[in-house]
Amino acid sequence: MTFSGFRVIREALTGHKGWTPLWRDPDPQPSYDIVIVGGGGHGLATAYHLAAVFGQARVAVLEKGYLGSGNIGRNTTIIRSNYLLPGNQPFYEFSMKLWERMEQDLNFNAMVSQRGILNLLHTDAQRDAYRRRGNAMLLSGADAELLDQAGVRRMYPWLNFDNARFPIKGGLLQRRAGTARHDGVAWGYARAADQRGVDIIQNCEVTGFRIEGGRVLGVETTRGYIGAGKVGVAAAGSSSRVMALAGLRLPIESHVLQAFVSEGLKPVIDGVITFGAGHFYVSQSDKGGLVFGGDIDGYNSYAQRGNLPVFEDVLEGGMALMPRIGRARLLRAWGGVMDMSMDGSPIIDRTPVEGLYLNAGWCYGGFKATPASGYAFAHLLATDTPHETATAYRLDRFARGHVIDEKGVGATPNLH
Amino acid sequence: MLIPHPLLGLRDAQEFTYLGDAALIDRPDPAAGEDAFCDYVFLRDNPAGVHRELWYHEQGDRSWLVVTRNTLTHEILGAELARDVALARREGRA
Repeated sequence: MTFSGFRVIREALTGHKGWTPLWRDPDPQPSYDIVIVGGGGHGLATAYHLAAVFGQARVAVLEKGYLGSGNIGRNTTIIRSNYLLPGNQPFYEFSMKLWERMEQDLNFNAMVSQRGILNLLHTDAQRDAYRRRGNAMLLSGADAELLDQAGVRRMYPWLNFDNARFPIKGGLLQRRAGTARHDGVAWGYARAADQRGVDIIQNCEVTGFRIEGGRVLGVETTRGYIGAGKVGVAAAGSSSRVMALAGLRLPIESHVLQAFVSEGLKPVIDGVITFGAGHFYVSQSDKGGLVFGGDIDGYNSYAQRGNLPVFEDVLEGGMALMPRIGRARLLRAWGGVMDMSMDGSPIIDRTPVEGLYLNAGWCYGGFKATPASGYAFAHLLATDTPHETATAYRLDRFARGHVIDEKGVGATPNLH
Repeated sequence: MLIPHPLLGLRDAQEFTYLGDAALIDRPDPAAGEDAFCDYVFLRDNPAGVHRELWYHEQGDRSWLVVTRNTLTHEILGAELARDVALARREGRA
């Protein structure tokens, strides 16, 4: 089934009776060439790229719950490529380019909206740092503009420019950044992968690995043993739990990050604004809700919910930046489990177990990376070589001293 | 979350800063070599369930605590002075 405007009109005129499920619900086969553990955004994107780009026909995605029940359905939907370090920025710009053609590739409306992201700055030192970052972005082929205060005023005249502690002096703007419909991304990849023969198996939790002679042979699951030529784990916040089943310890702590949405409002914010100094960022969904968040709670958690002090912290940041937010009512808050790595950067690599591959450590920035993560992990699984933009994401970089620490805070996951 | 401080009673977790796994108390011997230190600095068990972890009472009496907490429910099961834990471990080794 191909989606098109014509199809929508035809279905509207015929009572919407012609729509079919977006993907099959198959039982697992005895074995596959490649098994992906984790049916979230990254796992589904990996399966799609394995089938669509690398011609792999026998691929399965195992999901312990229902498709998209983890962070792909819990994030604040922001896509951007405004990183600094050489190991990161080309990868995220590759991801941005994949976002720009995703809907055509997948024939699915993921509501990719390049509405721009503005990182506010408050000091001369921050301006210097953002100028450097902007130049790094331009070198990678991304776009970046440094705005002065007047430039920010033209975009958002209602911001609190005269905050006593953090007066707004300007901002770093990436116009190609924006938002995407997070669930739609999962559904789009799932549908496109399914159409290319990938089996997406839900309610199938991996309970162990069968490893002989240092090589993985398959996975034990709640729906029986499944043989695999290669196994790729993309389990986000549960990465440590899954890899522990293979006897591996990871440079990762799992933390909870909360997000918030207000009641639906008329259009007030047409882009994405980040207020790093106040631990607050915000955009407005197409339904009108202000979608915003702040820092992680800061302690190990698998609970998918956080505590009230972070509510207070985030809402205070919001009030400091845009006092008029005080008139809006908070509709919902929720939490997701972040795989916080020891340098704040991800891992896409082989593991000491032959045939077992790892995609993890995305911290709270995994959503924007979804297409490139899937592409690079599929590249690694299919060719046993890293994608050219993901060569720095090695598992052993900590031992070698080649960490990619954007914030420069060292091995303290709750500060990244 | 309220942390049952052994000296001060129930205290709001906001008064504390969080460091991580209480295994960080067991710093390797300086002669243990790079691999041991790499494991110590970078690798974590990261369990889903009961977790012993270091909290620092920064806005209180500035003591380090070992808090036992369930990472699936956030239930706090106990708290000890990290000093007591470290001394007990040292005696255990001696």
